[in-house]
Amino acid sequence: MAEPDPVDLLKFITRRLALSILVLVGVATIVFALTRIIPSDPAALYLGPRARPAEIADIQKRFGFDRPLVEQYGQYLRGLARGDLGNSLATKRPVTQELGSRIAATLELMFAAMLLAVGIGVPLGVVSTRLRGSLGEAVVRVTSVIGVSLPAFWLGLLLQLLFVHVLGWFPSAGRVDAGLRFVAPITNITGLNLLDTLVTGNLTAFRDALAHIVLPAVTLAAYPIGLVTRMTRAAMLEVLSQDYIRTARAYGVAERRVLGRFALRNAIGPTLTVIGLTMAFMLTGTFYVEVIYAWPGLGSFTVRSFLNVDYPAILGMTLFGAAGYVLVNLLVDASQALLDPRVRVA
Amino acid sequence: MKRDSSGVTGAGWRMFAGGLATGQTGGREPAEAPPGHDDLAPPRSAWQRALAVLKRDPLAVFGIGCVALLIAVAAFAPKLAPYPAMGAGRSSVSTRVSAPSKEFVLGTDRLGRDVLSRIIYGARPALIAPLIVVLLAVAIGAPLGAIAGLMGGWVDEAIMRVCDLFLAFPSLLLAMAIVALQGPSLTNAVIALAVSWWPWYTRLVRGVALSLRHQAFVEAARALGASAPKIMLRHILPNSITPILVQASLDVGTVILATTGLAFIGLGSQPPAADWGLMIEDGRALLRTAWWTSTFPGLAIFLSVLSFNLVGDALRDLFDPKEYR
Repeated sequence: MAEPDPVDLLKFITRRLALSILVLVGVATIVFALTRIIPSDPAALYLGPRARPAEIADIQKRFGFDRPLVEQYGQYLRGLARGDLGNSLATKRPVTQELGSRIAATLELMFAAMLLAVGIGVPLGVVSTRLRGSLGEAVVRVTSVIGVSLPAFWLGLLLQLLFVHVLGWFPSAGRVDAGLRFVAPITNITGLNLLDTLVTGNLTAFRDALAHIVLPAVTLAAYPIGLVTRMTRAAMLEVLSQDYIRTARAYGVAERRVLGRFALRNAIGPTLTVIGLTMAFMLTGTFYVEVIYAWPGLGSFTVRSFLNVDYPAILGMTLFGAAGYVLVNLLVDASQALLDPRVRVA
Repeated sequence: MKRDSSGVTGAGWRMFAGGLATGQTGGREPAEAPPGHDDLAPPRSAWQRALAVLKRDPLAVFGIGCVALLIAVAAFAPKLAPYPAMGAGRSSVSTRVSAPSKEFVLGTDRLGRDVLSRIIYGARPALIAPLIVVLLAVAIGAPLGAIAGLMGGWVDEAIMRVCDLFLAFPSLLLAMAIVALQGPSLTNAVIALAVSWWPWYTRLVRGVALSLRHQAFVEAARALGASAPKIMLRHILPNSITPILVQASLDVGTVILATTGLAFIGLGSQPPAADWGLMIEDGRALLRTAWWTSTFPGLAIFLSVLSFNLVGDALRDLFDPKEYR
């Protein structure tokens, strides 16, 4: 494989970055339109049906809803450029701060689930290409169709019922036990508990954090496992049908080496795309999983603020989610360009 | 690859979200059927092909059976439910939280309502809401896609850029935001999901329009002076029906997950409606003592989504619309 030309790569990434920023401005505009134009009166919505007109007027003034839309839009964009998403109505703290303090918990959960999905999905996909006849097809098809059909909010409850309430193997909620901070407090470095405890050698806390994350991660991984398995298999089959694989086999290269060294490497591109896009799915998956397991991350915060019509928080989280999605897409494209020079030409 | 901030990769994601990855099903594998086998076979009618697909795909038969059952249950809910009044929402203090028994096959919930009857009534929103979502999404998305593909130029550019923006959101998040701002209800959930779903159909139909734009029959129609709307209605949309149908059948399952999921977190159907997602949420507090209240409605969701996905797979297999992707 030819070494990627760094200038080419840089150009590609710069172009994609510029495009992503444009998309984000557009996304911010849609969010603004959704929140200021569609609902008849956001202030009334927030205060509920029994609000007095004076209260509504007060809220309208406070959020600038009484000013012309164009002015509101300008103000909103200026705020965004400064990284200001306003203050949460429920907690009175800046939304950016609320999101920032919760993102590590959600990322940890998503990474753990992704690790499971890749750790199970990729080997399963590769092995399935070696199964005789239609057996591989059947295994993969059943796994993936079940995976994509399971409602996460139901699977989460079933796992909780079985492994927490009946078997008692895992704790039922939260990231760590409430008493842990007295016994073995976690030193906060990255905010990812598993990583931090491992780095500081705090094994008591590591075990506790691990026990807490297993069930939420498995619940979140059910959907992506199926997708990753299916994609790996499809990509592998495509690569395996190519001439150079036949040549390698004809030369007597060991099958294990053909699969691992020659085929999997080229099948990794499409699989990477699925993995990246799965991250986006996972973000919405955390809404259910975090509610069920009382995981103190973005998901439970989102659901709470959406239910409370916490206006700035809804705006902030929607924007944040879209930005995350755009970023993941960007990363996927960049890493594909890195792996496969053909991508850059297009 | 200029439009893929959410574009090309987004379409890939969609493809998988629906269920079937790359049309790798049954007999298309080298191990089973020699390549070119199908070319040698005499041309067959659609029905013969459908039968052939079903014959080698027992899962599809299972899916079709389940979907038919679901439709029947939804249609005849009042006749089928053992306790129609409870299914419709009436509570009964004396039978609160009773375990499955002869009297209440799947037990009763917090308000003493028969879980089986509630599930049977819940089949209605579970089936109808996603159908409306998909219909709305097609109604908005398909004409826009046909216009974009036919007209090309700045019209195409404008429509597709707007699509890209909508596709830049995780679709459930966008829908949740809309519902939260409009006030939670099943109607708003349906509208919100349609608003975040239509761009997929715009893309799909635009692809069809692009592939047909320079076909002889479209050129001929244009040469004969047919107007753009006429070409769209007479040629582009009818030719889009098959790929739309395949995509829609794959989407129904995903949308069932979305509508019931929204109900579960409180942004969909509101109590006392009989809605599967709502039933799961309602039973959550009783999980330890009354496992049946959440378990059975969830099973209903799972089986419905599973069967729509299987039917969608089979349809895609039958029509094999790979060329449109």
